[in-house]
Order: sequence, then C-alpha cells, then structure tokens
Amino acid sequence: MTQPWMKNRLVQWIDYRLPMFSFAEKELIDYPTPRNLSYWWNFGSLAGIVLVIMIVTGIVLAMHYTPHVDHAFDSVERIMRDVNYGWLIRYIHTNGGSAFFIIVYIHIFRGLYYGSYKSPREILWILGVVILLCMMATAFMGYVLPWGQMSFWGATVITNLFSAVPIVGDIIVTWLWGGFTVDNPTLNRFFSLHYLMPFVIVGVVVLHLVSLHQHGSNNPLGIDAKGPQDKIPFHPYYTVKDMFGLSAFLTIFAGFVFFAPNFFGEPENYIPADPLLTPPHIVPEWYFLPYYAILRSITFDIWFLSAKLIGVVLMFGSILVLFLVPWLDRSPVRSARYRPIYKQLFWVLVIDCVVLGWVGGNPPEGIFVIIGQIATLYYFAHFLVLMPLLSVIETPRPLPTSIAEPVLGGGSGPPAAAPQTMEKAQ
Amino acid sequence: MADSEDIRAGDGHGETRRDFLYLATGAFGAAGGAIALWPLIHQMSPARDTLALATTEVDLSPIEVGQSITVVWQGKPVFIRRRTEAEIEEAGTVALDDLPDPQPDAERARKPEWLIVVGVCTHLGCIPKGQATGDRKGEYGGWFCPCHGSHYDTSGRIRKGPAPKNLPVPSYEFLSDSLVRIG
Repeated sequence: MTQPWMKNRLVQWIDYRLPMFSFAEKELIDYPTPRNLSYWWNFGSLAGIVLVIMIVTGIVLAMHYTPHVDHAFDSVERIMRDVNYGWLIRYIHTNGGSAFFIIVYIHIFRGLYYGSYKSPREILWILGVVILLCMMATAFMGYVLPWGQMSFWGATVITNLFSAVPIVGDIIVTWLWGGFTVDNPTLNRFFSLHYLMPFVIVGVVVLHLVSLHQHGSNNPLGIDAKGPQDKIPFHPYYTVKDMFGLSAFLTIFAGFVFFAPNFFGEPENYIPADPLLTPPHIVPEWYFLPYYAILRSITFDIWFLSAKLIGVVLMFGSILVLFLVPWLDRSPVRSARYRPIYKQLFWVLVIDCVVLGWVGGNPPEGIFVIIGQIATLYYFAHFLVLMPLLSVIETPRPLPTSIAEPVLGGGSGPPAAAPQTMEKAQ
Repeated sequence: MADSEDIRAGDGHGETRRDFLYLATGAFGAAGGAIALWPLIHQMSPARDTLALATTEVDLSPIEVGQSITVVWQGKPVFIRRRTEAEIEEAGTVALDDLPDPQPDAERARKPEWLIVVGVCTHLGCIPKGQATGDRKGEYGGWFCPCHGSHYDTSGRIRKGPAPKNLPVPSYEFLSDSLVRIG
C-alpha cells in the first residue's frame, strides 16, 4: 500500500534521487512481521533506543569531562554539582548503561528460548554477539573514566587479564597501558575509544538489522510464515507495541534515575583513584559479575596451563561459545514451546547465570569457590554437551501448521480474511 | 577485459605479465600498508617521558626490624621489608618442591635482612595487603591479595591462590648500607 505522502511531488523528486522515502516505506511501514510477536520481541528496538540515549547523553558529558588523572574525578563531580542538569545527564548515562545490559540480556535469552539463532538467522545471531562484545568493551572503558577507586582497580584487573597470554602477555599489557601501570596514557586512550565504540556498535547494529529484514523476525511459535495471512505490516501494529513497551521501560528507568540513581553503582567509586591502595573488595559492575565468577572459578593449574590463563580463556570463552550456538543446537525445532526438555534446561541456564552473578559479587572464599566452579562447569556443559545431545535425544511436540491457526483460535477460516480487515483499519 | 583474455589465450599458460603486475602491486601495497600501520600501533607503547622515570633511590635507615615500607617505582608500589630472624628462617627452610613457582630465598633477597619486591599481585595486578600493621598477611605471614585470595610468604613467593608467579624482584643495587637504588 502506497503512503499518501508518496504522491507529493517534492517527495517523489527526492526519492528518485535518494530513495529514503521508499526505503522507510518498505522497511519501517509495510515491513511484513509475524502477527504473533509477544512482548519479548520489544527488546530489540528498546536496545536501539537506549543506544541512542547513551550516545546523546555521552556526547553532552564529553563537553564537560576532562580525561586527565588529576582532573577526571573533579570534572565528573563538577558535572554533578555545577553543570546545568549535569546530574540528570550523568545519571541517565550511568543508569542507561545498566538498562542497556538488562535489555540486551533479555534480548539474548529471548533468542535462546525461541531458537532465533537457527537457519536462516545464524549471521543475525553472530552479529548480535559481536554487538555484545563491543558493548562490554565500551562499558568497561566508560567505567574507568570517572577515575574513582573502582575505575582504577577495575581497569588494573581487566587489563592484567592480557598478561595471561603466554610469552607476549606482559608486552601486550604495557602496550595497553602506555606505561608500567594504569595511568594517564591509559585514561586518555580509554576516553578516545569509549567515544569511538558506540559508533562501531551503530555500524554493527545496521548490519544486524539488514540481516534481520532479509528473512524477517522469528516468532514465539518458531515456524516460518506460510503466507500473507501470517504477517501484518510493522506500522502501526508493532510501532505502537514498541512505543507502549518504551513507555513502560521509561517509567521504570525514570524511577531509577530520579529515586535510586546509585542503585547499580559502587559507593567505592566516589573515592578518587589511589594507585597504592587496592580496595578490600573489588567487584565489577553487576553486568560483568557472571564472567568475573567464571574467571575466578579456576583455582588450579592443569598440566602446564596456569590457573590464571585457564580462567581468562574460560571467561572470554563464555561469550565466544555463543558464536557456535547455531551449530551446537542441531534440533530442527526453533521454539522451546515445542521442546519439553530444552525448555526446562533453558530455565536452568538462566538460574545458572544468576548464580554466577551472585558468586561474582561475593569474595572468592569458602563455599563461593565451590558454587562458582559448579556453575561454571554447568554453563559450558549446557552449550557444549546438553545442546548437541538434546538435538538427538529430545522428541519435540507437534508443531502448529501455521502462525495464523493458533492465533485465530484454531479455526482455519478463510486465510485472507484477517489481513483484509487490517488493511481497511489502516 | 576482452584484451586481457586475448593475451591469456595467446600465452598458452595461465600466467601473464599482467598477473605479475597485479601480484607485485598487491604485495607492495600490503607491505606499505603494514609499515604505515606500525606508528599507529607503536604510539600506544610507553612514551619517552614515561620511560625516563626508570629508577628510584630509597633511604633505608629509618626502617626498624620487622617494619615494611612502600615506595613508588615506575608508578608501581615496591615493598621493602626489613625481615625478622624468624621470617628469614621461615623463608629459607621451606622445601622448594612445595612452591608453585620454586625459587630459593637466597635468589630473591640479596641481603637476607632486606626483601625488596614489586607489590603487585601476579594474578591480576592488585596491591596485596600486609604492609600496614593490622593488615591480613595471609596464611604464610607475607602478603595476602584481597582481590582473588592469593597468599604470599615472607619471601614474597606465591604459596596459595590463583596467582601464577612470585612477586617479582626488581633489579636493585645497594649504594651503601642504608641506600638502595631500584631500577
């Protein structure tokens, strides 16, 4: 259906030379989308909106921030106290980081539950994991910028991970630091890269969307659309649904920004960095806690491999294993709704990740070491053992014949009837 | 396109002067690109002013037996401990087979009384506790890293926990009985 504004002569003149209007019509308005998407499908667009919020607030913060070890902490405090609305912009930016990870983690678990990584969406999934890695690098470097105690010691611990690389480890670390410790050169380059990375993320997000629109969204049933009766245009059906989800999100988000702005933060980071005093208990931001638990779970050497190297490899491996998921899960059925065993194991994995997060936030002593080791083992077993195994031994439940069938209450009905009504409604 | 096909067909082989030129140009471009990349990579290594801060001199005279001080060398803390007889004894008698990173105490302390080590945990770079009175010194009476639970002994050697190596001994030189130059 052609939009009325496409008849405008100026629009036509421009569109003939730069097809932005027909592009918007094809990809944002008419874009055929499965009719049965649930609210779990809100989190992709939500993540995109939060990315924009982060870039806008970040650009503004950079106008007042000074990336120097002597001034960074004070300049952030000046933003909080003296810059007009600086407190608001910074609290949106810091809480936005946490919100971004919550949204993206839900988005990833949505993909895992409904098998959204399966053919033909493998590259879509891989690009998503690339985005996650870029987000982690960005968030880590951003957390260093206020130059508080957690900033400094977090940076020290994480950059030291690279010293686990055999032979050239120490050379790499010195190169990353630009000195012999985390110091001013480190802060400067982190600021530069923290400003760059969001735009890299935007680039990968564009590829993610191109790949998504090639075959369209997966859906809660995990079956392909059989015809036009299974799809509805993106606008207004999903624009309005995304807007409603956005409103709900912004309400909760504003609650944190205005009433609990330091809920996700560490009080320790309001103490200026002291290179000669390690805080008694270093913890990363909450969204890194599961990886931190995996890192610390290895307390023993295996053959010639040091505990440190294995811990580092497993920590990065916990993300890298996601790249392989489309090939580890050989089951032809996408949605966990029709996979009775996978459905339960999915929730065990969710609990396992929460347990890893909880262990990561506690000191590496006593019972936490054991729990962390078991949870780490289970995490990898889920992907490397259980996923391939289930593909063979699980008997899936029968799939519905089409998307329209369960939505329309099982009636096979006249297939073309529903979409016609919708076209009228528009 | 037609021309190059003609040349190829006439030659009888798959290779032509043009193929050689493509390869040579490509290799030249790749090598040039790699060389041009090096300054962009090497600019991140320590700059000359950073490298210039290479040595630190320390006056040892105010340190009593059993006391420790922390000095800064290359931005890193260096622990200087004037060890007690008991600590030296303990460090010297441990069986080397029991150590994750075996090294005799005599190799680590040039003068048994003075232990000088870089106070950076070899696991992930935290500063171990044990310098101040009242600090947890770990199970072996040396230092304890609170970040991930590494225990160091009175020779700064790793005994328990995730750290793979002993606390490194910087190069140092006694300029006199009470003056040491680190670096």
